[in-house]
Amino acid sequence: MSEQLTADVTIDARGAGCPGPLMDLIGKVKKADSGTVFELQTSDRGSVTDVPEWVEKAGHELLETVEHDDYWSIYVEKA
Amino acid sequence: MTRIVIVGGGTGGTVLANRLVEDLDSEVEAGEVEVTLVNDSPDHVYKPTYLYVPFGKKTVEDAVRPLADLVDRRVDLEINRVVGIDTDAKTIELQDGRDRLSYDHLVLATGAKLVPDEVPGLVEGGHHFYGPDGAEELRDALAEFEGGHLVLSVVGVPHMCPAAPVEFTLMADEWFRQRGIRDEVDITYTYPIMRLHGLEPVSDWMEPRFAERDIHTETFFNAEEVDPEAGVIRSMEGEELDYDLLVAIPPHAGDDLVTGSGLGDDGWVAVDRHTLEAEHAEDVYAMGDAADVPTSKAGSVAHYEADVVADRIASEVRGQLPTATFDGKTVCFIEAGMDEATFVEFDYEHTPELRDESRPVHWAKLAYNETYWLTARGLL
Ligand SMILES: Cc1cc2nc3c(=O)[nH]c(=O)nc-3n(C[C@H](O)[C@H](O)[C@H](O)COP(=O)(O)OP(=O)(O)OC[C@H]3O[C@@H](n4cnc5c(N)ncnc54)[C@H](O)[C@@H]3O)c2cc1C
Repeated sequence: MSEQLTADVTIDARGAGCPGPLMDLIGKVKKADSGTVFELQTSDRGSVTDVPEWVEKAGHELLETVEHDDYWSIYVEKA
Repeated sequence: MTRIVIVGGGTGGTVLANRLVEDLDSEVEAGEVEVTLVNDSPDHVYKPTYLYVPFGKKTVEDAVRPLADLVDRRVDLEINRVVGIDTDAKTIELQDGRDRLSYDHLVLATGAKLVPDEVPGLVEGGHHFYGPDGAEELRDALAEFEGGHLVLSVVGVPHMCPAAPVEFTLMADEWFRQRGIRDEVDITYTYPIMRLHGLEPVSDWMEPRFAERDIHTETFFNAEEVDPEAGVIRSMEGEELDYDLLVAIPPHAGDDLVTGSGLGDDGWVAVDRHTLEAEHAEDVYAMGDAADVPTSKAGSVAHYEADVVADRIASEVRGQLPTATFDGKTVCFIEAGMDEATFVEFDYEHTPELRDESRPVHWAKLAYNETYWLTARGLL
């Protein structure tokens, strides 16, 4: 349930076009400790597929994608 | 008396200072407005020149002119480093001499700096062409390179000039061909996301060209560490590449001032992407590479933004409501080898369309680089 997910770091990339949100996420994940939970807020539809693809390739965990009225919250935990 | 202070005398700050004294000509002459440009060096640097240094086509001296020669005499030029900003008291703190300067309008045009040490081993193991020393060292390394694996890794995102890594790779390919050693060289280009470039049309343009020229590519490659002893670069995604010559686009950061003054979390000033006003302070603008707008860190952006900021501040000084806005306009030339180029033009609403590369566009890029000095002066 999305209500129970609390992120350690929230990245507001709403309004930025692809690939800004994914790059923002990669930049922040790079510098964080393992176990950190991120919420990436994005209004770019492409992120919904690009982000999970990268998360899988990099071996992190995709926790949940929550659709809001005009943006998505993608929750990722750093491995 | 209205005081306008601009921090940073690079592309954006210089154009802005000249534009402001022009727009506010009568107010400046009457002593009602003062425009101060603070830069931490007496020199102005035109960074696009560095792309040509590794190939022996330009020198690092070609990139430099005294700032005093580029700035209108009505601008008060202060060579000093700004070490603090108090956005409540509306003052800036200078490193030496005068310790504080107050402002009514402040513009941050402090650009981006390189932080290669964020990636372990990169300083020792990698080369770059993003600054004067790096570009000269790479020139020497390329001259000595007789074959092996050249890896061009885009490590830092965002970085200055999204075209430069593409250009460098295609230029290196042709340069090795011209020297007759291309068969001895393997070239690999790496990029952090799922395609070859942030802009999809640029990536689509690159794909067949890289394939045709036998340039290998690795996507989703975020360099995590470099092992200079073993000659290996490793990514966050678990890939490894052996290299004989590593050319990296190093990580970038904004000036410490930005974070220190609460204007942005990760070194870039948080601004409204249309008005360029700082989100966390009154009467502060940011532009150029320092501003966190969703477009490229490019000189053309700094230039277009300077026009907008000049217009807005001039309106504010005259007690009018500012209406000029930035639409994200960006123009970048892309060298496709040693004598052909293309270019991209886009904004917040439109993605670019790329034409096939041609010689005239290459010459247009070189001509622009020459006339740049007139642009900075505000003459073009
Ligand atoms: C290799 C390379 C190739 C490029 N090619 C192109 C290209 O073809 N086309 C293009 O459009 N762009 C290109 N760029 C990008 C372009 O150079 C930058 O985007 C542009 O310079 C940004 O302008 P700016 O005014 O924001 O910052 P800068 O030009 O970097 O100027 C910032 C200034 O602020 C000063 N400063 C910083 N902090 C302080 C402080 N605390 N106190 C006082 N002064 C300070 C700095 O010394 C500097 O003078 C290239 C960049 C590189 C590295």
